[in-house]
Amino acid sequence: MSAATINPNEAAHFGALAADWWDPHGSSAMLHKLNPVRLAYIRDQIDAHWHVDARERHPLAGRSALDVGCGAGLLAEPLARMGAQVTGVDAAPENIAAARGHAAGQGLAISYFAGELAALPPATFDLVTSMEVVEHVTDPAAFIGELAGRLGPGGLMILSTPNRTMLSKLLLVEAAERVGAVPRGTHDWDQFLKPEELTNLLESAGLEVIDRTGLSPSAAKGFKLGGSEALNYLVAARWPA
Amino acid sequence: MSETLRSDVLISGGGLVGQALALALSHHGLSVQIVDPADPVATIAPGFDGRASAIASATWQMFEVLGIAERLTGHGCPIRAIKVGDGAPDSGRGGELDFVTADGDPPLGTMIENRQLRLALAAGLADAPLVRLHMPATVTTRDIGVHGVTLTLADGTRLAAPLLIVAEGRRSPTRYAAGFSIASWSYHHHAMIGAVAHERPHGHVAHEIFYPSGPFALLPLVDDGEGRHRSAFVWTVAEKDGPGFAKLGDRGFVAELEKRAGGVLGAMELVAPRMTYPLGFHHSASIVAERIALVGDAAHGIHPIAGQGLNLGLRDVAALTEVLVEGARLGLDLGDAALLARYQRWRGLDNMMVSLATDGLTRLFGIPGRTAAAVRRTGLGAVQRLPILKRFFMDEARGEAGDLPKLLAGAEV
Ligand SMILES: Cc1cc2nc3c(=O)[nH]c(=O)nc-3n(C[C@H](O)[C@H](O)[C@H](O)COP(=O)(O)OP(=O)(O)OC[C@H]3O[C@@H](n4cnc5c(N)ncnc54)[C@H](O)[C@@H]3O)c2cc1C
Repeated sequence: MSAATINPNEAAHFGALAADWWDPHGSSAMLHKLNPVRLAYIRDQIDAHWHVDARERHPLAGRSALDVGCGAGLLAEPLARMGAQVTGVDAAPENIAAARGHAAGQGLAISYFAGELAALPPATFDLVTSMEVVEHVTDPAAFIGELAGRLGPGGLMILSTPNRTMLSKLLLVEAAERVGAVPRGTHDWDQFLKPEELTNLLESAGLEVIDRTGLSPSAAKGFKLGGSEALNYLVAARWPA
Repeated sequence: MSETLRSDVLISGGGLVGQALALALSHHGLSVQIVDPADPVATIAPGFDGRASAIASATWQMFEVLGIAERLTGHGCPIRAIKVGDGAPDSGRGGELDFVTADGDPPLGTMIENRQLRLALAAGLADAPLVRLHMPATVTTRDIGVHGVTLTLADGTRLAAPLLIVAEGRRSPTRYAAGFSIASWSYHHHAMIGAVAHERPHGHVAHEIFYPSGPFALLPLVDDGEGRHRSAFVWTVAEKDGPGFAKLGDRGFVAELEKRAGGVLGAMELVAPRMTYPLGFHHSASIVAERIALVGDAAHGIHPIAGQGLNLGLRDVAALTEVLVEGARLGLDLGDAALLARYQRWRGLDNMMVSLATDGLTRLFGIPGRTAAAVRRTGLGAVQRLPILKRFFMDEARGEAGDLPKLLAGAEV
């Protein structure tokens, strides 16, 4: 899809959707609170993996990045500002339209593709990220295999996903969806992966898990890293040396 | 249409706080444009700003990191003790509450003439390639959009950034236009300020004397080029008495000053132009809005009684710098709501506490009459008896309360 093929009605609709994705008080409010915390983890992993100074403004300069399930670009845009050549993929065309509109407004050059990852022209990337996606796909093993297929030599992969615990069932699915903090129907608890399950999937794809950390609510900051993994966790993986 | 100049942030207001913020951000690699209608040459001319500020030691640490301290070498006078009293030092009612630093402790504050501060900041900015000054320049239109802020100057130049920082001082027009709600009141007092040379050395002691008509402060300055001892004064008088004092000739004025100083410093002579400022309190509950952050007096204006006004603003600088620099390293849009929310959480409470504390202090000491004076004395005595409270007040005066931004601990972000 290109800007020229979007009709004005659709454009208006996508505009409203983009506005909602990027509205820090709208239905994506929780994502906006989560984003800096997740980014802090991603930044730490980037610095450790490529030996970058933590004060460097463009730690991904000269590198390519792929964000799978990019939504309207909440992660793709920061990766681009960190200096990466970013490609964002999302199955929902309206998300991609919203993402394109927002990136243009921000003056960021990001390649966005609507559709399945498999349909993306062949290429591998230095950094592959996929936040809160693996719990939505019908075949997680195949999905992780596809992500691994996109990870170039010496690359870094970072995933985040909710844990399958009673706590996550109670809090994330029931509470969050009820109060509307996460749009209704976003999560299906039975499909959540336990950390060991995700680790197994990554190892089966030939990758080595190098780090894992919990992401949990914090009274002072909204969310924090390093605490309990019972609700949500992040993993970093690479090709074995 | 002329070109659009882009930077990481725009700062509207290049006063002490706006300039310090520009230096702090550029020191960490962020680009800044400052817009201010004032002429930068005029603001550093002798006589433009006759005030002197007490810089808390935490703030001084930030000056060290930013290279401002080095440029102020020889201009800072450390305050080693503060004597607080309810009457002139020679009246038998002075010095009831003494804050004295132990040997080896940092000073309670460092007195700097604002003009020296302005010179040091200007020199720092001249050496900061990431800062662009638009001074004097007037903004004709201000557009706060979904993706960023655009300011159009009178000459047609457009300035754009993801975030607009408002450092326009007490009467900030942008703050009004953006619809921030402000709690404010007047103290119905004027502060007469200036500097005197005096016979006897001050011994690095500051005096805060609470007269029924209002507080009077003497703050030690470094000796001048001719070796004369100097102090700054902040002398508060009721609004109705202001014009009378203003009409007083320098000799009569100095005689009044000497009377209030109670003879501790000996004969005095004015060495800086006298200036009069109306005193008020204002406080903005919210210090952020979409793509806007308030810093310094634009966010809070307090009574100069405790010398905290500029320090509060410089603490805003330290916190906002940390929030924005960390945000930039994570690739965030610098106008991101999560970043602004962090700044609000960090500074909102501290600003409010200091603002209310100084307001309370002013009210406690502003009530005339004999009983009130007795209450005040008891109050002071109680504080003096309680070392913990004293410790708290001293730390608060040094600006070390709460979760400290890195710059105030003397570290880079
Ligand atoms: C009598 C007195 C004594 C004080 N003593 C002390 C003390 O001992 N210690 C202490 O810490 N503090 C003290 N203070 C407080 C201290 O001076 C202020 O807190 C400090 O100057 C605030 O700095 P600022 O940069 O926020 O605002 P200002 O210094 O007011 O600077 C505001 C700037 O914004 C510019 N501006 C105005 N309108 C616009 C516009 N529309 N667009 C762009 N720019 C604009 C102005 O030209 C100016 O340059 C005292 C204050 C008073 C009145």
